[in-house]
Amino acid sequence: MSRIIKMGVAAAMEALKDAELPMPDAIVTGTAYGCLADTDAFLTRMVEFNEELLSPTSFIQSTHNTVGAQIALMLHCHHYNNTYVHRGSSFEAAVLDAQSLIEEGEAENILVGSVDEIIENSHTIISRFGIYKESESNKLLNSGTNGTMAGEGATFFVFSKNKETGSIAKLEDIKTYYKTNRKAENIIHNFLMENNVRVDNIDLIILGNNGDAKTDEHYNTVAQHLFGGKRLVGYKNYCGEYPTSSAFALWMAARMIEHGKKINDETSPKKILIYNNYKLKYPSLYLLSAC
Amino acid sequence: MSQKVYIAGVGIISAIGNNVGENLASLKDTKAGMQNMERLQSVHKDKLPVAEVSLSNEDLCSELKLPNHISRSALLSTVAAKEAISNSGINIHKWRTGFISATSVGGMDKTEDFFTEFMADHPNGDLKNVVNHECGAVTEITADHLGIRDFVTTVSTACSSSANSIFLAARLIRQGFLDVVVAGGTDSLTKFTLNGFNTLMILDSQYCQPFDENRRGLNLGEGAGYLVLVSEKVAEGMNQKPEIALSGWCNANDAHHQTASSPDGTGNFLAMKGALKKAGLKPADIDYINLHGTGTNNNDIAEGTAIKNLFEGNYPPVSSTKSFTGHTLGASGAIEAVYSVLAIREGLIFPNLRFETQMKEIPFAPVTELQHKTLKNVMSNSFGFGGNCSSLIFSKVIG
Repeated sequence: MSRIIKMGVAAAMEALKDAELPMPDAIVTGTAYGCLADTDAFLTRMVEFNEELLSPTSFIQSTHNTVGAQIALMLHCHHYNNTYVHRGSSFEAAVLDAQSLIEEGEAENILVGSVDEIIENSHTIISRFGIYKESESNKLLNSGTNGTMAGEGATFFVFSKNKETGSIAKLEDIKTYYKTNRKAENIIHNFLMENNVRVDNIDLIILGNNGDAKTDEHYNTVAQHLFGGKRLVGYKNYCGEYPTSSAFALWMAARMIEHGKKINDETSPKKILIYNNYKLKYPSLYLLSAC
Repeated sequence: MSQKVYIAGVGIISAIGNNVGENLASLKDTKAGMQNMERLQSVHKDKLPVAEVSLSNEDLCSELKLPNHISRSALLSTVAAKEAISNSGINIHKWRTGFISATSVGGMDKTEDFFTEFMADHPNGDLKNVVNHECGAVTEITADHLGIRDFVTTVSTACSSSANSIFLAARLIRQGFLDVVVAGGTDSLTKFTLNGFNTLMILDSQYCQPFDENRRGLNLGEGAGYLVLVSEKVAEGMNQKPEIALSGWCNANDAHHQTASSPDGTGNFLAMKGALKKAGLKPADIDYINLHGTGTNNNDIAEGTAIKNLFEGNYPPVSSTKSFTGHTLGASGAIEAVYSVLAIREGLIFPNLRFETQMKEIPFAPVTELQHKTLKNVMSNSFGFGGNCSSLIFSKVIG
């Protein structure tokens, strides 16, 4: 079993255990790059051995739906299983599918997650585009220089139609856009209006700053225009930059709300807005509240 | 929530034709698309027949006015999606329009070229060839070409990928999220998939014989297929209201093995049964099944057994059009969805080519000659690695 499968399966099992859900009604996964290590291994051997003497193992595990499939296999889950592979909105597509399954009445408790891995060759190739820089994680955000740090991770959630005793938070809404001409301020403003939420009602805003000067400027401008005086935090200093990192932000927001409930502190966030815009092409928004 | 989702247009490119008309003519004339490998450069060139699209990358690029470093998967996708839109006659820019594509190889055809140079020395390899490696990148080339932005995404569940994109489109339309969706999938032939399937020893060195007792495996193919799915409201406003709707669908998982199907086709059974339930139909209502029918020992026994168990006593005519197009992987669900729509529209059941010997384990045989028949409900099956099983049902809508 390759590393990405282990990461994905581990995160999925933890989410199911946490939700005390033995069998989900659906498994929906998002991944931008898929199983890179297995793809790389098969491709490397194919080139090195000129298409001869290949073993099928890495090919079998190279398909993008391997993680979702392995989770189903381990659970013996015959239910709905789908995988989305759309760059910076792969996780968002998985979340939208889950939401739509619930609305259609096809599922009530859904395992939703995302997974992406870094491998040596992908890091080398992506580095050639000039996207990464050397940095320390705690000095990454707003460093004022070009480039970010590569990240990876597996994040899974259990989404339920109904509020359960153990429910951590309520996902009020999610929205994602593709190469929109609209300004970020306009998108966020509309999103809040649609949800009848004023900026004043939001306790915390999680932004996708990634340490790249141009990218940080985008988020900082939005923050300046819309969120003056609000509590703002980044998250990519923890997980790095990768196409499905918004799942990490959602996990972080859910944990903050859960922790706040436990310590019952008035200053703990009860309503959190997440704004991430991978490569400034895939703006996505999440609104989460305590339940 | 009971609102129907109509099929307003179809588009296709495959080894048996560069558009819908050519595909239909080949299906009627029983002209299969397999032959010796011409375009794909592989050491298995003379050993493994494939079903290649006749147009070269240069032809496709000049037709579409796209630069020539673009992945073949994106070129095929763009040709078929454009045809589907023009076939529908809909001005997609008037509506909230989505593009939901599917692919299993994405831009791998170009990555292979890049990788050979990259492996020799890491500063080598033209980055232009790897920039569209991701599956989503291939979708975006087409979406941008079509000017679709309201919703764009990509599904990848191996060989069932594009069946999933089609029902997602239907769900999002039913729920009022979108009015029009161009949905389907694409895959080009690559050395990666050819060698992958070859190591699994499921490629036929002759032309494949799906659902035959002596079947030896599959032939790989390439192509793209797209449907334009529209809401009731969009359908009402069309010059001629579409007569075919997507009435049922289901995605289930075999949960048996990463690549092999369970012997009794549990996932296949659940997918077909679920699609019937969604459509509110009984097994006896199905007039034709376009099989997944790859021609591998494992798929055909699993799918055959599942049909035997579900349709007992009411076996509809069945055939695998992969005997024409080869197995087009991520595109196959959509290509066969287009054929299913054509089957209803034209009143035709397409033959299963090269069938000779009845399979011992199942009590029915595929259709071997073109049949003219009025069809009301057609089922299309797509099954893939990872146990992913999806079935779609297309129905003629009365009134």
